[in-house]
Amino acid sequence: MAQLTVLEKLQILSDAAKYDASCASSNTMKRDSRDGKGLGSTTGAGICHSYAPDGRCISLLKILLTNFCSFDCVFCINRSSSNVRRARFSVEEVVALTLNFYRRNYIEGLFLSSGIIRSADYTMAELIRVAETLRRQHGFLGYIHLKLIPGASRDLIERAGLFADRVSINVELPSEAALARFAPEKQASEIKSAMGGLKLKIEAAREERGKSEKAPAFSPAGQSTQMIIGADGASDSAVLKRSAWLYGSFGLKRVYYSAFSPIPDASRQLPLQPPPLMREHRLYQADWLTRFYGFETEEILGRNEMLDLDIDPKLAWALRERGRFPVDVNRADRETLLRVPGLGTRSVDRILTTRRFRRLRLEDVGRLTRSLTTIRHFILAEGWRPGSGLDAQNLRARLMPRPRQLTLFP
Amino acid sequence: MIAARLNGPADFAGWRREARRLALAGIQPEAVDWLTSEDDAGLFAMENATPVAGGSTALTVSRRFIELAENVVCHRDAGRFVLLHRLLLRLQDEPRLLENAADADIARAEAMARSVRRDLHKMTAFVRFRAVSGASEDGPFIAWFEPEHFILERAAAFFTARFGTMIWSILTPQGSLHWDGVALQYGPAASKADAPDGDAIEAYWLTYYASIFNPARLKPKAMKSEMPVKYWRNLPEAELIVPLIASAARRAEDMVMRAPTQPPARHVRQLRHRPELPADESAITSWRDAAAAAQRCTRCDLHCHATQTVFGEGPLDARVLFVGEQPGDKEDLAGRPFVGPAGQVFDRAMKEAGLDRARAYVTNAVKHFKFQLRGKRRIHEKPNVGEIKACRFWLDLELQFVKPRFVVALGASALRSLTGHASSLASARDRELALEDGTPLLATVHPSFLLRLPDEDARSREYARFVADLARVQQRIFRH
Repeated sequence: MAQLTVLEKLQILSDAAKYDASCASSNTMKRDSRDGKGLGSTTGAGICHSYAPDGRCISLLKILLTNFCSFDCVFCINRSSSNVRRARFSVEEVVALTLNFYRRNYIEGLFLSSGIIRSADYTMAELIRVAETLRRQHGFLGYIHLKLIPGASRDLIERAGLFADRVSINVELPSEAALARFAPEKQASEIKSAMGGLKLKIEAAREERGKSEKAPAFSPAGQSTQMIIGADGASDSAVLKRSAWLYGSFGLKRVYYSAFSPIPDASRQLPLQPPPLMREHRLYQADWLTRFYGFETEEILGRNEMLDLDIDPKLAWALRERGRFPVDVNRADRETLLRVPGLGTRSVDRILTTRRFRRLRLEDVGRLTRSLTTIRHFILAEGWRPGSGLDAQNLRARLMPRPRQLTLFP
Repeated sequence: MIAARLNGPADFAGWRREARRLALAGIQPEAVDWLTSEDDAGLFAMENATPVAGGSTALTVSRRFIELAENVVCHRDAGRFVLLHRLLLRLQDEPRLLENAADADIARAEAMARSVRRDLHKMTAFVRFRAVSGASEDGPFIAWFEPEHFILERAAAFFTARFGTMIWSILTPQGSLHWDGVALQYGPAASKADAPDGDAIEAYWLTYYASIFNPARLKPKAMKSEMPVKYWRNLPEAELIVPLIASAARRAEDMVMRAPTQPPARHVRQLRHRPELPADESAITSWRDAAAAAQRCTRCDLHCHATQTVFGEGPLDARVLFVGEQPGDKEDLAGRPFVGPAGQVFDRAMKEAGLDRARAYVTNAVKHFKFQLRGKRRIHEKPNVGEIKACRFWLDLELQFVKPRFVVALGASALRSLTGHASSLASARDRELALEDGTPLLATVHPSFLLRLPDEDARSREYARFVADLARVQQRIFRH
């Protein structure tokens, strides 16, 4: 077989990496090269340098070190039983690509993962070598996200956190039973144990750095994980409860949901259908409601197992709880305003400051928010009450987005 | 009309100076022509006003207004200076005007500031450097960019902080930035032809862009809202967008329709080399087997929510074996017993009693953490009798492999587990007990009990009693 060029490897190994949804480059410590040392900076906010037509941001060079893999996870394009083209980068090739992309302002940094070759420890050590070379030899100050290999030794996992801004290990599926079925080589206990150890290390390092800035950083942007949605039969309720548990147990920065996507050379064990993109979207909205809007998972779902696909979860909740509305924008407290469909955290804060100066009319609320279409039915303002609209049976239908083609296969 | 002269289209210092002068002169915003370059001066050859008597004498504005104005002056809207001037005057009478986001002037100024901030952010995202032919790794690089607003100077700080050790220029229709690795220079407006028309690395970038796109998830609207079409002409990857969208449906359908293939030979070989799973519960012949098998325990439901089984640890020839209740939050995350706050109390008390924790075997009656999730906090819950009974299987194995001379129950759950029945810790504490096989059993409180006592006096009294109990253990060990 002819040697693959770096360009061919890049094609194979970025194609192989695209099913990981995480792309964040935010929330890390601030660094820059103003002092004439090293290359790069981090700003805290993270930058999306481009967007692909799938609507996903391109912030990091997201690649695998290799897509050879000894694991046979059914949902994965790189599983050992697939006939996908295989390639392997050298450590130096990944380092050079990262630096060359970074210098041209294409990326914020590197997101590196890998198929598992030889052993979990061998693979993990190779990933660490890339990060260490970038940091130590090239003074790279950009963002690095390292994927942790399940089953890698604790020493290696703790070493990864010294060079990476963020580390992550994927729970892959909402339940351990599904993991055992679809990813027979992956041990849920190893994944959970790694996340538990990381939480302790991240917290301890943060505490040390609070005392002294010279203390070494350990994965300063925390840890995250990913769950594939739609490959197994898990309900939204099961997914959201699992997320609440993950946030609560391991202090995760993010749980990413990735709608199961058809892959080239798919296993026959999987649903041959387009990715449930709207479901993924609704799960993210529900996730947001629990993290920033004070909702409990149980409230969001009510008695349902699945979220409403046609309307967002906050509107669905409000339509079930019509008795709580209309809410007076001139009086209600922050928690209550956050529960009004159509009001986001920013709009609520603007309402709270502005109403100290004047009684808000509907048009004032219009200036403070993006659109009144939904909000108007749920609020009282100076000179405005929603009338009987709130009780109308057809309110849901009226607030539903007009039908449009959501996926390629309607 | 009064003319106010600025040193450029986003000259904030100049605006501040002129606005102050005009305000002190009592001149109304609508009566001012703001001139941003020398060319304009010819069109409006007017005399500057001399201060008018009776104008306000002192001007005060908040830091917040300065921040807002710094952004607004960068906006391309020609009315920006008049708007800011008006806000400056209004702020003298309405000092808290800025908080009134429903005010039309404020709403407009904020919208302009937002648009400028967004353009600034997009510039940091979408500038694409190209290496000058013959350049080294560190440059020179040149980028051509067309900002929507007058943001060039404000954007400079980002690029010097990020690319401080490279040599680069950013050329725009408004002017240019040049960084030589040490200092920044502003240059005149440039044209696209002044920048290189290619870079060898771009082929890699385009390959990456095309490969990272998933044709099964087409969402061009989401892409356009974040990467507006107006920026496309200077993004090398944008030429791929149309063909990628056009072929997406066919590629996605291909993936769905294609028949599964036979696994490659490598996969079949690998299957034969699968490592064996650790011994299961029926084949345990050593402590190591037991510890490994316990990791996969499902004897009760606690494994569903706990992070991991926390098995006991310590030398297998330990003379004394301590049994606690269950792992806590820290123990659950670390996978080791007695490493949290209660563990620290335990360690201190052990030392004071003359015992060496490293020479004792330490474990729990229940090996999984039981808790209630409240928001992001995990609140400890007592294990029930069923859970204690289910886990006795593992404790028995630990007792069997360690064969301690003494066993110490820390707290009521441990006592429940070891004796098999409910009894009062208070009365058991003063008595001599024994396990079924005759091994002496001592009972004392769990160290977390000491942490929960609210009263300082009670805490130190109970702590002393706990140390005394451990000291009794120490004496027994030495007597034997």
